[in-house]
Amino acid sequence: MELYQQTICELREKLDHKEITAKELAISVLKRIQETDPKLNAYISIFEDRALLEAENFDKGKTKKSFLAGIPFAAKDNFCLKDTLATGGSKILENYVCPYTSTVLASLGDSVLVGKSNLDEFAMGSSGENSAYGPTKNPYDLSRVPGGSSAGSAAAVAAGSAIFALGTDTGGSVRQPAGLCGVVGFKPTYGRISRYGVMAMASSLDTISFFTKDVTDAAHVLKELAGYDPHDQTTPQVEVEDYPALILKPNKKLRIGIPQEYFEAQGVQSAVKQALEKTISKYNELGAEIVKISLPHTEAALAAYYLIMSSEVSSNMSRYDGIKYGLSDQTGQDLLSVYLKSRSSNLGAEVKRRIMLGAFSLSHGYYDAYYKKAQKIRTLVCEDFTKAYDLVDVILTPVSPTTAFPLGEKLADPLEMYLADIFTIPASLAGLPAISFPVAAAKNLPIGVQLIGKQFAEATVLQAALLYEKSRSPLDLSLMV
Amino acid sequence: MKLDKKQIQKIAELARLDLSDQEALNYSKELTAILEYAEDLQKIDTEELVETCQVTGLKNIMRDDKVEQPQTSQEILNNSPLTKDGFIQVKNIFEK
Repeated sequence: MELYQQTICELREKLDHKEITAKELAISVLKRIQETDPKLNAYISIFEDRALLEAENFDKGKTKKSFLAGIPFAAKDNFCLKDTLATGGSKILENYVCPYTSTVLASLGDSVLVGKSNLDEFAMGSSGENSAYGPTKNPYDLSRVPGGSSAGSAAAVAAGSAIFALGTDTGGSVRQPAGLCGVVGFKPTYGRISRYGVMAMASSLDTISFFTKDVTDAAHVLKELAGYDPHDQTTPQVEVEDYPALILKPNKKLRIGIPQEYFEAQGVQSAVKQALEKTISKYNELGAEIVKISLPHTEAALAAYYLIMSSEVSSNMSRYDGIKYGLSDQTGQDLLSVYLKSRSSNLGAEVKRRIMLGAFSLSHGYYDAYYKKAQKIRTLVCEDFTKAYDLVDVILTPVSPTTAFPLGEKLADPLEMYLADIFTIPASLAGLPAISFPVAAAKNLPIGVQLIGKQFAEATVLQAALLYEKSRSPLDLSLMV
Repeated sequence: MKLDKKQIQKIAELARLDLSDQEALNYSKELTAILEYAEDLQKIDTEELVETCQVTGLKNIMRDDKVEQPQTSQEILNNSPLTKDGFIQVKNIFEK
């Protein structure tokens, strides 16, 4: 087995026992990038020299030694690293050099950053097709999407061109591509990981999240990244638990909620339904108690999400004005023309669509009927979950109604693309931790399921996912790269 | 809620976007479809409910009023398209 195919835990042991050097490991992953990326387009920037230097520093014992030390990883290109480019997947930031480093990348200072991964522009999209730097492809079928918006990070971990990868999840942008690429995607509780130095999209929803090859690796990454940050006022001072140790403890009887509304949702592929049913019966066999529950505002959550998210987008995107940084069109006569020209020619269609929807929802005369209404629906969505967690420990749902769809299929119909997010959005509105992990394959395409827990119950979510993962036989999947 | 091309152009102006005729036409169709989908929300009674703006349970996070300088002003200005004497330069705001 090649080094790039292994998990963090396997590589940690080899590094610690000096069976391999970090440099050999970095070379294995960098070679894998060269081999796969012309087909996948998972990366916007590749940090070859920098990565080799970081690996050498680890080998010389120069860096601190966290569990992730010496491990090659990718970061979505909306994370800032001082003195390097960060495009956010947008043309308007094609020349943007970060003046500072995000808290998360600073805390991974002893890991090896191999590159910045491709994404839907400013994390807006569910297919990876909205990047100004071309679409990312699914490593299991190059004619299909990897999901989005953290498209490159998902594809990279699936293909082995990163051992783990950082993403952001606002409405499903890590969980959904993890599902479509057959890797583990973890979104912690809103505020659990600092967002300082990560480009904002919808601030009441944006959550730093990540991809790993298995559940145990996810517990390790979470432990390194979670915690209070004085630079991000949304990070509560809640104790960070020892997730890798906690998930090894024997499960107390696990109660798994199955929301009926998620089964009645339209447009769910039969292979996805079958995979979910098999997962439920497996959990039953493993001793979990399966409880039927109701989350009555599931469908309303989707509409509310798109109003709230786009409103926050329209506010956050106003910073891209051609004045402070990024591309600027100065050909007009006055200040207004700089705004209009810089934004119009350098922002993509989906970003503009959401700015427009948000500006409308917030506008005089419509604010109460749209934005405020949606925020009240959000209260109902949160209450649905609170009631459910009186009865269960975690909630099991599909991740995506379908397996990876063909490139271009949903581009012409934005509403159709939005509807595909129905299973991931409710947990985002309520700020709950959730994991997406692979359970089946159909026609060489992975199928994932999602487990959602209570706020700050990351350990329970990981433990429940691990219970299944340990009992699962290998999936019938072969990479096309 | 139907948004026609004229309304779309008005929203675009507020959002500082300059849309072509074709873009305005597309957004008129697409946003109308999205808002029609969202119309179902009006059927839900939310009269007695308080809005949820954030879910952390945190409020009024204070810090000491201490000066930190993680970046120099020059590092910030390096990204600016147009600068003059250590400031970001902009075009005329008032007509001459």
